[in-house]
Amino acid sequence: MKYEVVIGLEVHVEMATETKIFCGCKNAFGSAPNTNVCPVCLSMPGTLPVLNEQAVEFGVRAGMSLNCHIPNYSKMDRKGYYYPDLAKAYQISQFDLPLCGKGEVEIEADGEKHTIGVTRIHIEEDAGKLNHQGAESLVDYNRGGVPLMEIVTEPDFRNAAQVRAFLDLVKANMEYMGVSDCKMEEGSLRCDINISIRPEGSTALGTRTELKNINSFSAAVRAIEYEFKRHIEVVEDGGKIIQETRRWDDAKGRTYSMRDKEEAHDYRYFPDPDLVPIYLSDERIEEIRQSLPELPMAKKQRYVAEYGIPEYDAGVLTMSKHTAKLFEECVAIYNEPKAVSNYIMVELARLLNENNMEPCDIPVTAKGLTDVLKLVNDGVVNSSVGRQVFEEMFKTGKDPAAIVEEKGLKQIDDTDEILALVRQIIAENPKPVADYKGGNAKAMTFFVGRVMKATKGKANPQTVNELVRTELEK
Amino acid sequence: MALNELTITEAVGLLESGEISAAELVDDCLIRVDAVEPIVNALVTVTYETAAEKAKAIDSRRAKGEKLGRLAGIPGIIKDGICTKGVLSTASSRMLYNYKPVYNATVVDKLEAEDFIMIGKANMDEFAMGSSTETSYFGKTKNPWDPARVPGGSSGGSAASVSADETLFALGSDTGGSIRQPAAFCGVVGMKPTYGTVSRYGLMAFASSLDQIGPVAKNVEDAALIFDVISGHDQKDSTSASMEYPAYGAGMKQDIKGMRVGVPKEYLKQDISGEVRQNLFDVMKRMEDMGAVVEETSLPTFDYALSAYYVIASAEVASNLARFDGIRYGYRTEDYENWKDMYKASRSEGFGDEAKRRIMLGNYVLSSGYYDAYYLKALKARTLIKNDFDQLFGKYDILLSPTTTAEAFKLGEKSRPIDMYVTDLFTVPVNIAGLTAMSIPSGLAESGLPLSVQVIAKAFDENTMLRAAYNLEQALQFDAKPDLG
Repeated sequence: MKYEVVIGLEVHVEMATETKIFCGCKNAFGSAPNTNVCPVCLSMPGTLPVLNEQAVEFGVRAGMSLNCHIPNYSKMDRKGYYYPDLAKAYQISQFDLPLCGKGEVEIEADGEKHTIGVTRIHIEEDAGKLNHQGAESLVDYNRGGVPLMEIVTEPDFRNAAQVRAFLDLVKANMEYMGVSDCKMEEGSLRCDINISIRPEGSTALGTRTELKNINSFSAAVRAIEYEFKRHIEVVEDGGKIIQETRRWDDAKGRTYSMRDKEEAHDYRYFPDPDLVPIYLSDERIEEIRQSLPELPMAKKQRYVAEYGIPEYDAGVLTMSKHTAKLFEECVAIYNEPKAVSNYIMVELARLLNENNMEPCDIPVTAKGLTDVLKLVNDGVVNSSVGRQVFEEMFKTGKDPAAIVEEKGLKQIDDTDEILALVRQIIAENPKPVADYKGGNAKAMTFFVGRVMKATKGKANPQTVNELVRTELEK
Repeated sequence: MALNELTITEAVGLLESGEISAAELVDDCLIRVDAVEPIVNALVTVTYETAAEKAKAIDSRRAKGEKLGRLAGIPGIIKDGICTKGVLSTASSRMLYNYKPVYNATVVDKLEAEDFIMIGKANMDEFAMGSSTETSYFGKTKNPWDPARVPGGSSGGSAASVSADETLFALGSDTGGSIRQPAAFCGVVGMKPTYGTVSRYGLMAFASSLDQIGPVAKNVEDAALIFDVISGHDQKDSTSASMEYPAYGAGMKQDIKGMRVGVPKEYLKQDISGEVRQNLFDVMKRMEDMGAVVEETSLPTFDYALSAYYVIASAEVASNLARFDGIRYGYRTEDYENWKDMYKASRSEGFGDEAKRRIMLGNYVLSSGYYDAYYLKALKARTLIKNDFDQLFGKYDILLSPTTTAEAFKLGEKSRPIDMYVTDLFTVPVNIAGLTAMSIPSGLAESGLPLSVQVIAKAFDENTMLRAAYNLEQALQFDAKPDLG
């Protein structure tokens, strides 16, 4: 039997507000333990929460970016459970009236478009963090009270690629709007995956498992692939899927049942009497909508229309506001959209990847990038040397012209100089010459390669080609 | 007359004219504290040293002609569930037996800004749950009128300390009558402000949607003054009313001719003594004599108030007390294997029976499957009760009732929880509806114990209430005092 996988997500995004959600403490990552704390976020007796308006605005922005309905009224509720990192033993969250209601968003995966339904987005406070040290555990409350939003989707995903595309889009949206940096390694984006299978063609939902501890987008893909297979195996062996929470172990590449979480929690939700309901007037909602920047999807369409670049390129460029910004700045200086786009998508992307860097870390300026393009275009260096110059600039931050000068990378255009080399190499290699003459046209590349090598790649490739052919034909 | 017997208004006059010093005033209060505490046990902490130092400082500032606050040199006592920076604040619970807050409640900051002098922290029912101050971890407080009787609760220490003249005023907190009922039992004035007029920041929460801090004082004028000082918008409390606050007490000395007074008959239908009934009739007559229009009316949803109250208050307190886990402050058990053990044992050992009872009740009414039947229904009842009061305040300026069904009961008398809960019958509806009310002494029962009436006004209409209460106080001339030797 063929099976289909059905996936829904719960994405937790830490918001990049100045301060925490209910007090004036700094919302910062990486501070010394228990330094960004106060009586309120330590939940000292008698303290009261005051809702951070920026967190509300960020939540609404996020909702708008996923085309969610934004109701006028919502409220904060208490979700009760005991854990040492949760200082009040209840988390202030939202239960039945979330900040953002239903929405939907189009994603593209494997060349196909899909619509993903968003169930809701609610805002809540994060908990602190336990640090286990031998037999003891210490609690760091710095993260306690950091504003979070939880995006809950419908079970609309049918494969891991769609999940990946959705996460990429959410990340890009958040980054564009300044709502979050979505750095998974710092825990600012966390994702739980609800997964079930059913026979292809069926519309019923199977029993689901919930996967936690997903630490990167690629881990999400791996976890889904693993769990899909596990479900199939269990079912095919005549077993039943147990509804449970499972922990993804990325190193071992498998999921484990989290037994202590099996007992169904009764969170005893009720409206938090310390906070008043959130009221957003139609005017306020409109004001927030007007303040939204151009989002990735719109930008992508604009790029296609305005710059005439392929949709795929536009999609890659707009995935991060940093690459989009670089692209737009480059094109403003040097109006060759396709050339710029290629460089960003291929050369820059490769270097970022090799150096484990994020688009927000791009060390290259628009002037630098376009200078390289101009050097190539003007024939000062050939395109392969251009790539070397770019890499050097990426690493050292030096000016491209200076790099060319310093390393003597200028293209050799002198026909006599190249011709002398061509003749010398032909003379030294009778065998490939014989091959060529015997009808093996490919043997020509041997000579071109030798000439380029001898000039350290600097020779004008076109001139080399022409001269090699002419000399061989003699 | 010993200075501790003065009212605030009297003492302020004498301090300003230089006839007495703050040091003398504080001294007399502390002498009285030492004399009567062995009998009354109204206080958990007495701040002898800081009080004496502060009195000296204020006297010297006064001597230099500096501008001083409205309460300069006036001693006061703060309920122990209100946070005072660096001073033990236990809420009378073992759970916080050693807890010294790192910050002041907003009300304490406001009193300090007016140069009051804190002389101690008042005993209370544990975390304000109780109506007799018998659930305190630090021993029961006794009624100064009869030490065999309770002072009421939960602000029993606050009321007893004012009644025993240990202080000129005290702060209490009122969730279902916790200021008014002990004030009535101890023959002093107690006021519960409209929900939202006094910041709750720094008040250890019992039931967040019902709690309000308010004054316990020797007369209406003093209560008005303290209320005027502690009220006002506070950015740290989201439920604090954002509005123009009037000068409280202004106009209270105007007469009450034409004031429309309603007496809901439901109060009189309860199991109340003949004396309480007669006392209320006498008070109604007095008001009529002063030109008020008094008539019987009806609050049909009265019967639901107490049940709704215990559901809502228990639900909120179960959640509010969840943070006491022994991890960050307060009591921690010595015997545990892991964090779950530590939670269980710390909470089992740290909380008293009544606290545990309400935690269980509250978690029960919030639990899945029961929420709609209890908590949601109680919220609906709350809305109906509020609507009923709204209607009445369309017709009346104030409502009048006895504060309690009877005078102070004996220690240990209400051993069944439900009998204890019923003692809040007359005060609870006001909290449920978010109104303001105050209790003023209105006579003595044959037992020699004080009786009181409750004046209720609509939300944010404290000034009408204060005017009615002030006029009534003048007419009644209640000047009896407990005899503690």
